[in-house]
Amino acid sequence: MKFAVLVFPGSNCDIDCYKAVEDTIGEPVDYVWHTATDLSAYDCILVPGGFSYGDYLRCGAISRFAPVMAEVAKAAEEGKYILGICNGFQILTEAGLLPGTLRRNMSLKFRCHDTVLRVENNQNPFTTGYLPGQEIKIPIAHGEGNYYCDEATHAKLKENNQIIFRYVGNPNGSLDDIAGISNERGNVVGMMPHPERAVDSLLGSEDGKLMFTSILKAWRDRHESASVR
Amino acid sequence: MIKATVYVTIKQSVLDPQGVAVQGALHSMGFEEVQSVRIGKYMELQLDTSDRNEAEARVKDMCEKLLANTVVEDYRFELEG
Repeated sequence: MKFAVLVFPGSNCDIDCYKAVEDTIGEPVDYVWHTATDLSAYDCILVPGGFSYGDYLRCGAISRFAPVMAEVAKAAEEGKYILGICNGFQILTEAGLLPGTLRRNMSLKFRCHDTVLRVENNQNPFTTGYLPGQEIKIPIAHGEGNYYCDEATHAKLKENNQIIFRYVGNPNGSLDDIAGISNERGNVVGMMPHPERAVDSLLGSEDGKLMFTSILKAWRDRHESASVR
Repeated sequence: MIKATVYVTIKQSVLDPQGVAVQGALHSMGFEEVQSVRIGKYMELQLDTSDRNEAEARVKDMCEKLLANTVVEDYRFELEG
């Protein structure tokens, strides 16, 4: 399984994402620059956190028009796995690959600490390793992680089981305590907390590891069942 | 040349935490008459065109695509020249 970590000017969690793949599952992983126009070689695309384009205008608003994003949309359409973390989540919502948007934290403070998340949907390819309702410790680091969508979208998210994680103790004012969601099909996931920063007990938590092992398992299940041996 | 002035504000139905913080500051300074504060963005665009209709359509397109996130923001603009 081959991973791409997108790199925008201002990405600063790209190395963490790369290392998380390398250290937790040891699958091949490449940095892919925002000007790239071909992602066909990759099975999973990680859109890392940071401050792409300085977050000028709005978080993710400018990056959404980077050449590589057309390829990300194509990959999403093809059913490839895409995970946007923090700024990556903001970029995916701006690109319309995930519904809603991220607003300024209710407290107006930049929040940088561990949070407890509840796994609301463990049937998603990124979360099959977790137990339903499992509480996990994953850090956050953001100023604009206050998830918002309109009522109709919210109803749809609930109906389709697209709410993947909720905060236990809402740190930013997110609607319905939402910490992470998926698209309708489930192959595109966005979350404000950083699972790539929780892959070793030295970092304070290993709870993020299961997202990487889950996605590898999902990919293997899909591909091994398709191949004749 | 046409000058476009674009105003982007958070929708009335959506809480504006910055506005609430500034309102609180104004109240604590004694400006108690302040009922609400909405904070937005102000942008000036110089357009290399003299066709007002075209400019209007283009600026609307810019607002919809990039300048405002219509999930939570409203926009309006004025054209001069």
